[in-house]
Amino acid sequence: MNNKRRKFLKMAGATVLAGMGAPVLVKLHGTAQASADSEPAPAHAADSHGGGHGHGEEQNAGIRLGMVIDMRKFYDDEALLDEAIAACHLAHNVPDIDERKSEIKWIWKTGYGNAFPDHSHNRRSGSVENSAFPVLCNHCDNPSCVKACPTKATFVMEKNGIVSMDYHRCIGCRFCMAACPYGARSFNWQDPRPFITVYNPEFPGRNRGVVEKCNFCSERLGKGLEPACVEACAGTGAIVFGDLNDPESEISKVLHEEFTIQRRPAAGTRPSVFYIV
Amino acid sequence: MFNKSLILGGLAVFVLLVTTPFWYGLLKAGPPPTPEPPPNGASVCVAPVEYMRSSHMKLLDVWRDEVIREAKRETIVVNDPKLGTLEFGKGLQLACMDCHSNKEQFCDSCHEYVSARPDCWTCHMTPAEIASKEAL
Repeated sequence: MNNKRRKFLKMAGATVLAGMGAPVLVKLHGTAQASADSEPAPAHAADSHGGGHGHGEEQNAGIRLGMVIDMRKFYDDEALLDEAIAACHLAHNVPDIDERKSEIKWIWKTGYGNAFPDHSHNRRSGSVENSAFPVLCNHCDNPSCVKACPTKATFVMEKNGIVSMDYHRCIGCRFCMAACPYGARSFNWQDPRPFITVYNPEFPGRNRGVVEKCNFCSERLGKGLEPACVEACAGTGAIVFGDLNDPESEISKVLHEEFTIQRRPAAGTRPSVFYIV
Repeated sequence: MFNKSLILGGLAVFVLLVTTPFWYGLLKAGPPPTPEPPPNGASVCVAPVEYMRSSHMKLLDVWRDEVIREAKRETIVVNDPKLGTLEFGKGLQLACMDCHSNKEQFCDSCHEYVSARPDCWTCHMTPAEIASKEAL
């Protein structure tokens, strides 16, 4: 009896020691493996986090379509902005719903404080304070909506960097709407058709239960046309559209010459839409 | 076997009852429909007729993925003996409905016969739907 008890205590002690020692062993093994893996890691980290250059500086390679909106052209001419919005919504069969909760917008007007909360302060110039700013999908380089989408219904087009949507795949979960820091996405709470007055027969509509947003006029670019909003402002230079990665493009020249701001740069999404304020 | 005739008779009735939907379908279906030929007189499609009959849905899926995901929007050129050279974009509204302009007589006639319910038209618009409103 005594002998049995002695044996049991010995075994229990050994087990406790082994149990306490195991995590240390696992940890040692883990760090050894991590240091073996660490060689290719820095390159990858630099790739995905902008290499420590700070947000908004790194641009993905290839064609990256972007837009510069020159607010100086819109300060005295809100009608021009209305035309641009109308042209976009007409081209894409965007319904005109007069209710905040269910409205659909691809490009719309908002105040400076809402468009640029990071740049906001209480001593703004009159033109900034009193003008409507056009806002739209920023076609980010690092889009949070794409990461949130569970079905890959929204994705970055490799060819041109446009953040695109495949309405066929959208299941209407609205994760992308929660993920987008710009509120650039609208959800179809109802069948949008009754709210469309003029049809563009060359573009489809949407149905109830999908999210929609600006597509940078992919369908017009395919035909060699400029985006509808850019075309509506033609001749004024209010909106410049082009390849951000081409140093010879007009947009690159404008960005080189002028000081521009982006919407919510701290969100780290690296927007492709720039504003001259 | 006891009650041989009763068991076999019961089995026969049972099998007949279980397969009722098939008998019903066979009797109800009637002759397969012939979809309306293009009202504009076109006689050549973007692919051979046999392929279009069996696999138009696959072609539409390929078009969809090419256009939306790869931005491959090159047009498709068809030489029609009557209408000459026709150029189409890829898509229901851009290609199909140009010739098969009557969705009810063309698409629906077969789809209804085989109980296929594609949801194309909740987003895409038929020529009739477009005509119901002011068009761009």
